[in-house]
Amino acid sequence: MDKILEVKNLRVSFHTYAGEVRAVRGVNFELRRGETLAFVGESGCGKTVTAKSILRLLPPGVAEIKPGSEILYNGEDVLQMDQKRLQKYRGNEVSMIFQDPMTSLNPTMTCGKQIMEALMLHKRLNKQEAKAEAIRMLDLVKIPDPEKRFAAYPHELSGGMRQRVMIAIALSCEPSILIADEPTTALDVTIQAQIIDLLKELKEKLNTAIILVTHDLGVVATLADRIQVMYAGQVLESGSAREIFYQPQHPYTWALLSSVPDLAEHSKQELYSLQGTPPDLIMPLESCPFAARCDYCMQICRQQMPQVTNVSDTHTVACWLQHPSAPKVKPFYERGLSHEQQA
Amino acid sequence: MHEEISKDLFQIIGPEDSEAEKIARPRVSYFQDAWRRFKENKVATLALVVLSVLVFMVIFGPAISGYNYEEINPDHRNQRPSAEHWFGTDNLGRDLFARVWQGGRVSMIIGLSGAFIASFIGCIYGGISGYFGGRVDDIMMRIVEVLISVPYLIVVILLSVVLESKSLGTLLLAMTITGWCGIARIVRGQVLQVKSQEYVLAAQALGVKPWKIILRHVIPNVLSVVIVAITFDIPGYIFSEAFLSFLGLGIQPPETSWGALAATAQSMYAFYPYQLFIPSLMIALTMLCFTLLGDGLRDALDPRQRK
Amino acid sequence: MLKYAIKRIGYAVVTLLIVVTVTFFLMRSIPGDPLSHMARSLPEQTRANYYAKYGLDKPLFTQYLMYMKNLLRGDLGESVLYPGRSVSETIAKTSPVSGLVGGIALAIGFVIGITLGIVAALNKNRWPDYLVMFIAILGTTIPVFVLASLLQYFVSVKLGWLPPSGWGKPRHMVLPIIVLSFGPIASFARYLKSSMLDTLSQDYVLTAQAKGLSQWAVITRHVLRNSMLPIVTILAGRIVGVFTGAFVVERMFGVPGIGFYYISSINNNDYTMILGTTVFYAALFILAQLIVDFVYMLVDPRIRIAPEN
Repeated sequence: MDKILEVKNLRVSFHTYAGEVRAVRGVNFELRRGETLAFVGESGCGKTVTAKSILRLLPPGVAEIKPGSEILYNGEDVLQMDQKRLQKYRGNEVSMIFQDPMTSLNPTMTCGKQIMEALMLHKRLNKQEAKAEAIRMLDLVKIPDPEKRFAAYPHELSGGMRQRVMIAIALSCEPSILIADEPTTALDVTIQAQIIDLLKELKEKLNTAIILVTHDLGVVATLADRIQVMYAGQVLESGSAREIFYQPQHPYTWALLSSVPDLAEHSKQELYSLQGTPPDLIMPLESCPFAARCDYCMQICRQQMPQVTNVSDTHTVACWLQHPSAPKVKPFYERGLSHEQQA
Repeated sequence: MHEEISKDLFQIIGPEDSEAEKIARPRVSYFQDAWRRFKENKVATLALVVLSVLVFMVIFGPAISGYNYEEINPDHRNQRPSAEHWFGTDNLGRDLFARVWQGGRVSMIIGLSGAFIASFIGCIYGGISGYFGGRVDDIMMRIVEVLISVPYLIVVILLSVVLESKSLGTLLLAMTITGWCGIARIVRGQVLQVKSQEYVLAAQALGVKPWKIILRHVIPNVLSVVIVAITFDIPGYIFSEAFLSFLGLGIQPPETSWGALAATAQSMYAFYPYQLFIPSLMIALTMLCFTLLGDGLRDALDPRQRK
Repeated sequence: MLKYAIKRIGYAVVTLLIVVTVTFFLMRSIPGDPLSHMARSLPEQTRANYYAKYGLDKPLFTQYLMYMKNLLRGDLGESVLYPGRSVSETIAKTSPVSGLVGGIALAIGFVIGITLGIVAALNKNRWPDYLVMFIAILGTTIPVFVLASLLQYFVSVKLGWLPPSGWGKPRHMVLPIIVLSFGPIASFARYLKSSMLDTLSQDYVLTAQAKGLSQWAVITRHVLRNSMLPIVTILAGRIVGVFTGAFVVERMFGVPGIGFYYISSINNNDYTMILGTTVFYAALFILAQLIVDFVYMLVDPRIRIAPEN
């Protein structure tokens, strides 16, 4: 087993005026060298918060990682690192790219300088070496005419180009993990595909493990080895990409999968749309968080938290339908019924 | 563990009906919410209380003192504060307690009416400019740019020289003639922002008359910004009046204001410091309270801070 | 870029022209004429000579053209009150005094204000923040003349540390500078704090942190520069604030600066002097705004490319 990251019982709260928002409620997962793990879920499900926790980038004072949480990088607890160790860890061992390339680059610093910064810090390169390396990185992320773009300010580049610069910054120090927080959400569809292709290519070339945070199942299908479905700060189902796409077990995963338009099938079936909104994260949850919106909700679902069940070695699901006493149900789309008929 | 659970609990009952889905937190209107947040701000609430006391004294103070603010008493010149004259007397033996509150009337009236007049003009100007946009906006904003590129106090001084009469009305005119520009800019910005919202576009597409759109959609959205701007403007006008009166360009005797009182006392401050400190304290306190109140209102009304 | 600069300068010139014109006609619209106050008692012939000397016997528009022609040569006319004293020379003699005091006050205000702003932003909602904001609020709400009186009373009269007024020695400058720097300290601290908090919440700060930069490097390289940009825009206002604040401060401390003469010319109805000084102040402010705009353009790469907003 080549585990480089292991997260145990991660709980994160935000202290707001209205009360304590429990954004992440006991998330467990692990990441192996070179593998791509995707966090999938609606906005506000805690996937970005989980990702930021790994780099300890949550705003201090507002966000609190609860005691008892553990984030082990090669067995070392990230939450226990001192400032110095943390700075070496960030950017050098684990790095991150963000959703909106329009705002995640410093507008008053040239792109080249922003890449050089990390190189000079972690690789101890001098200015000339760092510049040469930065230009090589720009070339690696397929920015045409890298010498010229090196001196460009972010606003002089298009969104796709900026995201490439972000990737260049993140990969410049050859980190073993790259966290990509919705890397394509803010981009045009055609550009999205290019960025995904680039990530895929670089991942194979550099053997970097990727944590991909997204709500776009198309992106997940192209890139991910494993998938973790999140809802209301919890992991509802996790498994290999094949398992999640072909043998999904959780009604929420079913809903997610069937709300993706399938152009290939030419099906007359109406697109599924999940009713309702996720639960208020201020309230403590003692029962299944998805119960209120679940077509297959049972009495027990509203009373107790479901246990995590192993479907296979790699596939787990937290749902009462896995209980031996539960009725055997199939997702409605497999029975050829539309949502309305089902309800 | 599994065995303990009764089979009855495994009946599929489906999702909750939409009624039950409603978020349990109580709904509060925008202004209720703002008021609650304002009350939580202790500093701003204190400022409001102090201001209320000041306003009360400005209204009833001269009567409470038992003296006429113009009454000259040669036997009681330059007396220190005492039981008889709470704030002492000035070089003509006039009771300062009465004069301070009488002067406060002028300062307060100027501060309040100055800010309201300026906001009124500013709202209309900025609203028109922002609403119509295009060339109208271009021209109207150029005019504002020219007006605010002249130092404000110079304009006020120049006008009070030109207008010669030094009544309250002339002072107000001098101070508001370019004073509205700031609010006009703020309002224009807000209007432009509101205008691009879909519901306003929808109203326009339905052929609703411009003034109706302004009344229904724009003004309510601009209101909170304007309230905050007014609160911040009031101390500005109080300061300008005090500044002018201090230079001898403002309120003329026998009328008085806090600035005028401070100016009179300034020449003798080494001997009768209380004559200077009391009106100065009043100016500073009033300005401070309005500023803190403005801070509190801004924090309370700013929708971005709504959680 | 060049096109923008030319356009911007053009606007400044037009604005100045409007201001001069409006001021000129305003001053001439005063009931009576500039000389009526002093010329009333003079015999008929002397008065006529006076009027001829100042060009007041000609039609108003001719007077305006004459004034503008002289203005182009830098001649603002002669004081009405003190014949023979040139307005331009008075300004040339007194403005360096104001410039020195105001400049030092502004520089001190800038350095202290920025420092306090940084301290407040980095300690948000802790005591240093509250202390700085308290100072800042006092600075914006205590009128200059109140502060000046307080300092004169306590530092000069009670403690006797510094002269209450006068001019000539460096120690005469201390109190005026303190008084004038208080406002800039307050506004720079307030603006920098809010602008810095704004910057700190930007995504690129997160990017910088994710790179592994130390807190210090993140602040100095990424936060500070971006936070300083909005500060440049209030600089013009502060420059004027220092000059207008000087009206009161120079009078109270007996500093022979331009503000001192401006106020006495107003009190003495010295019309040419008022007109000339007003034109000077307006030109100064417009120039300051122009310079600030260009500085902004130099420090913000985004504006260099897209000059139109």
